[in-house]
Amino acid sequence: MPSRWRDYEHLLRMAGLFAVGTTVFLIAQAVLVPADFGQVGHYRTGALDANRARPPAFAGQAACVDCHPDVVEARAANQHKGVRCEACHGPLAKHAFEGAKVVRPDAATLCVKCHGANPARPAWFPQVNAAEHSGGEVCTTCHAAHAPRIG
Amino acid sequence: MDQNRRDFLIAGGRLLVLTASAAAAWEYVLAGTPEQAPGYQTSAHWWAMSIDIEKCIGCGNCVRACKAENDVPLEPYYFRTWVERYRIDPADLEHPHVDSPNGGYDGFPAVDPKEAGWKSFFVPKLCNHCAESPCVQVCPVGATFRSEDGVVLVDKDYCLGCRYCIQACPYGCRFLDPRTHTAEKCSLCYHRITKGLTTACCETCPTSARTLADLKDPKDPIHEFLRTHKVQVLKPQMATHSKVYYNGLDVTVR
Repeated sequence: MPSRWRDYEHLLRMAGLFAVGTTVFLIAQAVLVPADFGQVGHYRTGALDANRARPPAFAGQAACVDCHPDVVEARAANQHKGVRCEACHGPLAKHAFEGAKVVRPDAATLCVKCHGANPARPAWFPQVNAAEHSGGEVCTTCHAAHAPRIG
Repeated sequence: MDQNRRDFLIAGGRLLVLTASAAAAWEYVLAGTPEQAPGYQTSAHWWAMSIDIEKCIGCGNCVRACKAENDVPLEPYYFRTWVERYRIDPADLEHPHVDSPNGGYDGFPAVDPKEAGWKSFFVPKLCNHCAESPCVQVCPVGATFRSEDGVVLVDKDYCLGCRYCIQACPYGCRFLDPRTHTAEKCSLCYHRITKGLTTACCETCPTSARTLADLKDPKDPIHEFLRTHKVQVLKPQMATHSKVYYNGLDVTVR
């Protein structure tokens, strides 16, 4: 019945187009979306590993304590005991894990970063105007960095 | 003719279903198994940070440590974390003077003595690792996301550099890395915290004003801190469910 076929023809064309469109979409999606996308959320699972991949620059206090228990002891009874080594000595993962040389921090500029007088600093925190306090003398002339209290 | 049409429709239908299921199956074949970090279970953690304003001395250690740890460009001055100084004139409480010279990288010069009597304090800032983050919601490709352990991360290999997330962040915590032209932000030192280390900023904070916290760890001191301090988050009205908890935050801080 050729006449009935003609009645349906336009519907079949649309269905055909829809099928082709769906197929193209599914193939494009399979090709373009990364393989590990959407496994645990709307992101690539591999992105977690990419973020984990960076090697740490700071070794962490546990690594310092492992080799330098004498310094921990020297600091145990004074105000600096809570300050972790790398707060003053800088990033030392290369030293801890690869044996790189350490540069001693410069007391002339280091101490005042924390202890220079500044009205915005909390009042409980010990701070001095270095020029008035020591006349420009380096802090470590009188204060031991690991045990700063005098007397 | 009728028979032919039925055959055609059935064959077409089968083809459609088969193609769809084959594509879906192929996706799983390609996917393989998700990678796991050794000894780290993502679902066992819910990372946050506590910041005690009363302990912050504005030394800038966190800013310097962050740049060293995460290879943040030194100039132009982009930051994953930075420190702001607030100075509040008692005669004009509504309008605090806020400055952050180089993000606090070189510390803060002491202010003019004539301003004695002003309320003055430091506010360290970083990505708030929102549980309902606007930056994640606007990313058109899923390149920024909140991981299962509560850290908002950027997939630098997948980021288009469209900057929507930079606009969306209510805290101004994001920037476009001028080298890669992709979004960049605090990752809460994801490479450190998944290895049992603390973040670089918390590691180097001399007064422990900043502390990394795992809210899913019942032994974490954060629970005691939240019980005994009146903590606030920044811009609570944005309903971002921020996880950076400030103690002693002045009402003027935005």
